[in-house]
Amino acid sequence: MGDKSLTKNGGKQGGKLMSRIWLLISLAVALGLWTLLSVLPQTARSFPNVIVTLSQIPVVIERGILWKDLSSSLISVGAGYALGFVIALPVAILMAWYKPVRNIIEPWIQFIRNIPPLAYVPLIVIAAGVGRRPQIIVITIATFLIMCITMYQGIINIDETLIKAARVLGARDKDIFIRVLAPASLPFVLTAIRLGASVALTTLIAAESTGAFAGLGMRIRSFNNNFETAPMLLYIIIIGVIGITVEKIIKLLERKLTGWQEKREI
Amino acid sequence: MAGEERDIKVHIDNVKKTYMGRTGEVVALNGVNLDIADNEFVTVVGPSGCGKSTLLNIIAGLLEPTSGTVTCNGKVVTGTGPDRGVVFQQYALFPWLTVKKNVMFGLNMKGIKGEEAEEIAMKYIKMVDLEKFVNHYPKELSGGMKQRVAIARAYAANPEVLLMDEPFGALDAQTRTQLQQELLDTWEKEMKTCFFITHDVDEALILGQRVVIMSARPGRIKDIIDVDIPYPRDQETKMSPRFLELKNLIWSQVYQEYLEVRK
Ligand SMILES: Nc1ncnc2c1ncn2[C@@H]1O[C@H](COP(=O)(O)OP(=O)(O)OP(=O)(O)O)[C@@H](O)[C@H]1O
Ligand SMILES: [Mg+2]
Repeated sequence: MGDKSLTKNGGKQGGKLMSRIWLLISLAVALGLWTLLSVLPQTARSFPNVIVTLSQIPVVIERGILWKDLSSSLISVGAGYALGFVIALPVAILMAWYKPVRNIIEPWIQFIRNIPPLAYVPLIVIAAGVGRRPQIIVITIATFLIMCITMYQGIINIDETLIKAARVLGARDKDIFIRVLAPASLPFVLTAIRLGASVALTTLIAAESTGAFAGLGMRIRSFNNNFETAPMLLYIIIIGVIGITVEKIIKLLERKLTGWQEKREI
Repeated sequence: MAGEERDIKVHIDNVKKTYMGRTGEVVALNGVNLDIADNEFVTVVGPSGCGKSTLLNIIAGLLEPTSGTVTCNGKVVTGTGPDRGVVFQQYALFPWLTVKKNVMFGLNMKGIKGEEAEEIAMKYIKMVDLEKFVNHYPKELSGGMKQRVAIARAYAANPEVLLMDEPFGALDAQTRTQLQQELLDTWEKEMKTCFFITHDVDEALILGQRVVIMSARPGRIKDIIDVDIPYPRDQETKMSPRFLELKNLIWSQVYQEYLEVRK
């Protein structure tokens, strides 16, 4: 009774097939709803049916825009996201380490984090002009904010007794950093990477409203202006597919690298 | 009896510790003096908040006393050192390391690597009966097993003084009794000086050669009881008249302190 340590992830075995089946059911329900939306007179105009939508794939390839948009968006997202991470990691460590740094930076991170990126895009365009640069800046800012706060909160919550235990066993500052703080923060770093990826994609439309010449977000707006709902819906789905793929890959990485964790976060 | 003739291992001299709290200074310890002999097993009891952990952390070198000194092996303690090991109540195992790697941590820090480190680690893992779990991660172990690993890890680093802060406090009664027995066995084999904090008077008496009773506000040593019950001690010892007599003596003093704290 009351033995917490005995909890096991019960019922995991044989769950694989079941989860596949559930996934299929969920997919079928989604397709059903989609078809329904494409039939109902109120929504038919914005939801062309599955076949119409998917048949746009060869069309957008032939028009030569799909690859251009994909690569443009992925370059912006990749560069902004990478930059965001490279800045967030040291800032998070400094915030966790030095109180003054934390006291100065944390309030404005929290403040900016709650402003939708679309709101400050014009400011960035005024400062950085149009083209690739403002796109990368917008994504860098958005991903930096979420990743910095996630990593900082993880590092600050590292169990102090682990550091004490290491010290007592003869660890010096360098050992503590490499052998305790680094592995102990790894789960939070990975969580930050996952949340950052999601923010990078959701910021895409805002980022590409800076007068981009190509890109998934930019194209969606231009399809919209031309009332081309079928390719627009296709592009929306493509963004979703990219998002879930990236998330799955990072989750796999998390399971591989931090399977030792007592409890897994969401 | 705790030997008057034995070498002094740890010498605590007029230690005072104050913390800066929210509401001003908190005097956690005031004028604590204690000598612990080589190979001695000292247990410490006292009401919550009387400064037991503070004292242990000062001996370990994790905290600096506000005034006074702690000497270990004749050298003044200024930080952690290989001569002193600690077992914490919350186990403090590194969750990303397997049982074996956890036990090897202190060895690696000392520069002992590879096969030699593994051999030593395995010896202590066997000592705590966890050979079957060498490659398990802490999350796969029960509380009692985790604390066994923590004890093996402390032993493997081969300190001369073992400091334990309520190591069995989070365990159920049965596991606790079992670990007490194991701890006594290894103490007799490995010849270490033990400083063991507990809330449990029974535990203090079954383990210790001397029981230090601390009083609160400010934390100081109220009394020291010699436990003149020979080892090996076991569950039956707890029924002996002498044990019960000492238990009453200690309990009444601790209870008095408890009432003081409540006021
Ligand atoms: N970091 C700190 N800052 C301020 N006060 C502290 C700090 N650590 C401990 N104290 C205070 O010092 C006193 C002694 O604390 P300590 O943890 O040593 O007690 P303890 O005897 O180990 O208690 P317990 O039996 O509950 O573990 C307490 O009153 C506590 O509130
Ligand atoms: Mg304590």
